[in-house]
Amino acid sequence: MQAVKIRVDSVSKVFGSDPKAALARVEAGMDKTRLLEETDHVLGLHDINLEIRTGETFVIMGLSGSGKSTLIRHFNRLIEPTGGRILFDGEDILGYDEARLRTFRRRKMAMVFQRFALLPHRTVIENVMYGPLLDGMAKAAVRARAEAQIALVGLSGFEASYPAQLSGGMQQRVGLARALATDAEVLLMDEAFSALDPLIRNDMQMQLKDLQGRLGKTIVFITHDLDEALLLGDHIAILKDGTLRQVGTGADILRAPADDYVARFVRDVNRARILQCGALADATMIPLPGTPEIAAEATLEAAFAVFADGADCVAVRGSDGRITGALTPRKLMEALARS
Amino acid sequence: MTSGFPEIWDTRAFGRALDQAFNGIVAQWGETLELTFMPVLRFITGLERGLQYLPWWMVVLAFCLITWAAARRWQPVAAVAVLLVLLGLLGIWDAAMATVALMLAATVLSVLIGMPVGIAMARSDRLRRGMLPVLDIMQTMPIFVYLIPFVMLFGPGKIPALLATIVFAIPPVIRLTDLGIRQVDPEIVEASRAFGASPRQQLWTVQVPLAMPTIMAGINQTTMMALSMVVIASMIGAGGLGYQVLQGIQRLEVSRGLIAGLGIVLLAIIFDRMAQSYGRRVQANLHREGM
Repeated sequence: MQAVKIRVDSVSKVFGSDPKAALARVEAGMDKTRLLEETDHVLGLHDINLEIRTGETFVIMGLSGSGKSTLIRHFNRLIEPTGGRILFDGEDILGYDEARLRTFRRRKMAMVFQRFALLPHRTVIENVMYGPLLDGMAKAAVRARAEAQIALVGLSGFEASYPAQLSGGMQQRVGLARALATDAEVLLMDEAFSALDPLIRNDMQMQLKDLQGRLGKTIVFITHDLDEALLLGDHIAILKDGTLRQVGTGADILRAPADDYVARFVRDVNRARILQCGALADATMIPLPGTPEIAAEATLEAAFAVFADGADCVAVRGSDGRITGALTPRKLMEALARS
Repeated sequence: MTSGFPEIWDTRAFGRALDQAFNGIVAQWGETLELTFMPVLRFITGLERGLQYLPWWMVVLAFCLITWAAARRWQPVAAVAVLLVLLGLLGIWDAAMATVALMLAATVLSVLIGMPVGIAMARSDRLRRGMLPVLDIMQTMPIFVYLIPFVMLFGPGKIPALLATIVFAIPPVIRLTDLGIRQVDPEIVEASRAFGASPRQQLWTVQVPLAMPTIMAGINQTTMMALSMVVIASMIGAGGLGYQVLQGIQRLEVSRGLIAGLGIVLLAIIFDRMAQSYGRRVQANLHREGM
């Protein structure tokens, strides 16, 4: 298992004139509604604990008002917590002074924004060069690096365009290139694809997965879209009203929702597209030689195609090359019928 | 009239005390202040002489070059050239150049002082709350009122005219710098913070460039107000076109007043053209769409 990159340790955030005192009341048992009525303070986040590991895509998912955008802004201290600690590679970033914090933001964490937040008065390449130039790097070196990132996101030839001349999807690629150009280990993506058309969004999701496979960044991804969360996330944290409801892999959350809220959320998900054959394979059954095979990480949707061809049993082959068990149509139906 | 508001305190004594206090200031500081402003006076006189002694076509050329640099289009350049030649044809070239010198000096100083003040106001709500009423007073107080103390301090001449002009003309630059910076999309400012920009880097890479169209509108207004004030300031020895108007009144010469007035209108149009075409170009860069 990879080392923990970011550890969020009982972080709470209260908005108002005297947040510390208000937080003390919350610790003493006052709930969010009473806190707002009696003290005019808003409880943004309460007692959040997370571990984000190096190289994974960690999705924080919740509806608007759940506190997800507040939470992601704690990772680079755009918002300061009222209580708790945030550790990056084991180091408490809340102890950083202004200068140290700026260096941290310039080199360790880059951010992609929902509405792109590009500099409208600068060209594509100038936007991509923005981060490293703030860090005082030499212009020639930054230009070469920026050109490489622009090529990586597929925008070669648009270097001299202005953001307003590009479509939404292209603008967000500039946003992504700008974040990649800082060579930061962690990418914070705040609803990065939510403002895009569905087809473009799908392209961008695929491109992100592809980039992630090649670059191995640690990605913290915020979304309100469960399908997106399940598609991208190695781990998913579900946030509601500023508290964590469940943290786990997509399959964990689908299989065993922690409470009614999460259960309601996952009800409408297309499980066949998410659940993998390996998770449903019956290890006690040994398929006959000549049975059609399917990879353990293939989705149930792929298994349907095999059954449609007339098979009544499929052998599931794990990533280590061994047959792990068999999958029957009956098992498949059971898995999908549960909702 | 004896009915009126009862006299609760002695306003005459208060007025006398105020006058005496100010006289004291004049006696004590007048000379020092005059010396301090000597370089400014030399600058204005130098600019005025320069504009008057250069051949007229070189001045026109210089104006055209500046307009071209600001606008990158030939229409405003042509307009500026024609209007300047018209000024010469009206026979008020020298007086117009004197007015231009004073107005430019006032505008430059207003921008140099006003922009930093506006930036500071955009960053501090407290400063803004304190400054807004001061700016209101500066703009609504009848302009003749500030002429009195400045004349007492410096004696009639260009310096008091310049200072009174700055007091009158500076509020738009301050207000619109503050407004422009406050209106910059907070998400873009947040993005620059997220990438590790220091407050100074945020200011110069994001806030000032994005506020520029609004700031330019402020500078344009300041220029226009400086021009109108320079005319009034001729009453205290600023010279230029305003002095011609004043002479027109004193001698009851309709033509003199009319021609000088026309000259002021021409100058106003020239500077407005220059500032606006620059503003439009800056704006276009921010919202360029398609090509």
